[in-house]
Amino acid sequence: MANAGKTNVLLETLVLRILAIVVALALFGVFVAFAKANPFEVYKLMYQGSFESLFAFKDSLERAAPMILTALCVALPARMGMVVIGAEGALVVGALAAAAIAIPLQGSSPMTVLSAMALSGLVCGGIWIMTVGGLRYYRGVNETICSLLMNYIAIALFNHFVDGPLRDPQSLNKPATLPIGDDNALGKIPWFQDGKWLDEGTGVHWGFAFGIGFCILAYFILQHTTTGFSIRTAGGNIRAAKIVGLPVGLLTLGTCFAAGAAAGLAGMVEVAAVQGNANAAIIAGYGYEGILVSFIARHNPLAIIPVAILLGGMKASSGMLQRHANLPDASVLVLQGILFVVILASETLYGRFAIFKAKEKPKSAPPAMPAIEGAAHG
Amino acid sequence: MDNSSLGWWGVPLGLMGGAIRVSVPFLFVGLGECITEKSGRVNLGLEGTLVMGAMTGYGVSYATGSPWLGVLAAAMVGAVLGAFHASICGLPRVNDVGVGIALMLFGTGLAFFLGKPLIQPTAPRLPAWELGAWSSSPQVRSALQINVLFIVGAILAFVLRWVLKNTRWGLILRTVGESGDTARALGYSINRVRMLATMAGGFLAGIGGSFLSLFYPGSWNEGLSSGQGLMAVALVIFARWDPVRCLFAALLFGGTSALGPALQSVGISWGYHLFNATPYVLTLGIMIASSSPRRTMVGAPGELTMVK
Repeated sequence: MANAGKTNVLLETLVLRILAIVVALALFGVFVAFAKANPFEVYKLMYQGSFESLFAFKDSLERAAPMILTALCVALPARMGMVVIGAEGALVVGALAAAAIAIPLQGSSPMTVLSAMALSGLVCGGIWIMTVGGLRYYRGVNETICSLLMNYIAIALFNHFVDGPLRDPQSLNKPATLPIGDDNALGKIPWFQDGKWLDEGTGVHWGFAFGIGFCILAYFILQHTTTGFSIRTAGGNIRAAKIVGLPVGLLTLGTCFAAGAAAGLAGMVEVAAVQGNANAAIIAGYGYEGILVSFIARHNPLAIIPVAILLGGMKASSGMLQRHANLPDASVLVLQGILFVVILASETLYGRFAIFKAKEKPKSAPPAMPAIEGAAHG
Repeated sequence: MDNSSLGWWGVPLGLMGGAIRVSVPFLFVGLGECITEKSGRVNLGLEGTLVMGAMTGYGVSYATGSPWLGVLAAAMVGAVLGAFHASICGLPRVNDVGVGIALMLFGTGLAFFLGKPLIQPTAPRLPAWELGAWSSSPQVRSALQINVLFIVGAILAFVLRWVLKNTRWGLILRTVGESGDTARALGYSINRVRMLATMAGGFLAGIGGSFLSLFYPGSWNEGLSSGQGLMAVALVIFARWDPVRCLFAALLFGGTSALGPALQSVGISWGYHLFNATPYVLTLGIMIASSSPRRTMVGAPGELTMVK
């Protein structure tokens, strides 16, 4: 009957999460009412600006792309019981590394340039968060504060290089690195229509596909391989994992590397598909939004995808709210904050409702997310 | 500004002036976080509180014409946000680190939202004591401009240490932070003590925020805080949960933050952005040096999951 128990937990999570999102939207409605805007008008605008038209939907998906990848940067370490909030730093380092490697490669084929950029972003972002994991495991340094400090260090490094050694002399007011070149820009995903593939047919850049691929891969490894089982075991009880001889140190480093690589790739995508070079617009808080996405998704890689699309939509509608409801752009930040608080507060409701309990008590109730239960282990 | 008259002496002078000026928000947020953490809970949301405090302080000062009313309003808003944090964390199964990050987003978002109309106008600022009035050098004078809040914060640090060590309230707070079970056995409500401690922390963080907008840098904009509220968490670890050491840590952090601008004033502009990262590197270095995988940190409250 373990399956019935699993379904029930899934249903409970789904119902409570949707309920929490509805409550957050309602609270946001009350909030905008205080700002003298009509809440129902605001909801309508949000829908129009995010999912109503194809154009808006594409925008939502492109905004979701970096969130998916930065959310993985939070979710993967969380499965090992670590609260890592360094996605912003890994993204920034990945963006810098990707933009830097494109400079000497000018003249090579676009495929070479893009592959090198992706690899550079993946590796540098990976090493960045792996450092956090290594300090956690081998030195006992708290990973939350460590990753947070490293965000600021990453931004300082980024500013130093973009404003110094790597600066494009042409960029006067807004320091930026040399452009990667229009030929090397990361294109849009093709679409199959009327019996043939349309280049750039979806109008959504490849970063979105990278995010989906990364999520599916992460899910598969976590749920269907021995490595994933070891990671989840170490996340549930690190002492037990050590006693049965799991290489916990190696698992920590590997998980953190994969996490950082995801965020680093997000940085590469922002450079290659959106900005065309590395400049301060890269530091747009995607790393912090990733934390929110991962927490709403309960650190489940597959659940990250719809949650990121939802939040990408909210972000995409921000322009609409500014123009038509006269609300400042920070209103999306307020909504995100309310949503995050409500989601976390709703954690207290889990296991309280009899309807979600399996009829026959399952012997092994699926373990609750370790990262939500306690910040750290050891 | 005449830089040549001082030459290289401008660097230590700039550092000292910077230490006193820049350290005040660190000091207040750090003391606030120290009280909260002593009760066994971490509030990462103080970054949001700080920004809200800056916005509120500026707005109230602009509306009433009195910067001190601004400071008071900022402190009140901070206490309310602290109560908010504590009441959510008081629910079972809710993680305080997560709630902190959520309130950080919420606080900054709310402050940007409400603060939009405040970017243009100029509000009356907090007065300073011109201790350098005897000097003819503008740099000496600006370095010795000391705000009353700095003095208040410095005294508060010593008072807090005394209160924590010698009073009944201090003992209750420390008991709750060291061992919840013991406190419960003695008949104290853990949630109520933590609620008050988090509110006190928010109160002080709000004051720290008002200093940002009302004295230095002295205006309201969205890039006002560069993570002082988050660094306070590291600062308290650095200070090993002792208020007086928080004072010295805040001075150190303030001084290192001023390193980049001070070097720039004597013509060294290389690595300006890197010098800005000195406080973060310093904190990280100290954390690496003082952590150990085998034991919790010396002086850490026993109920604090964050540093285990």
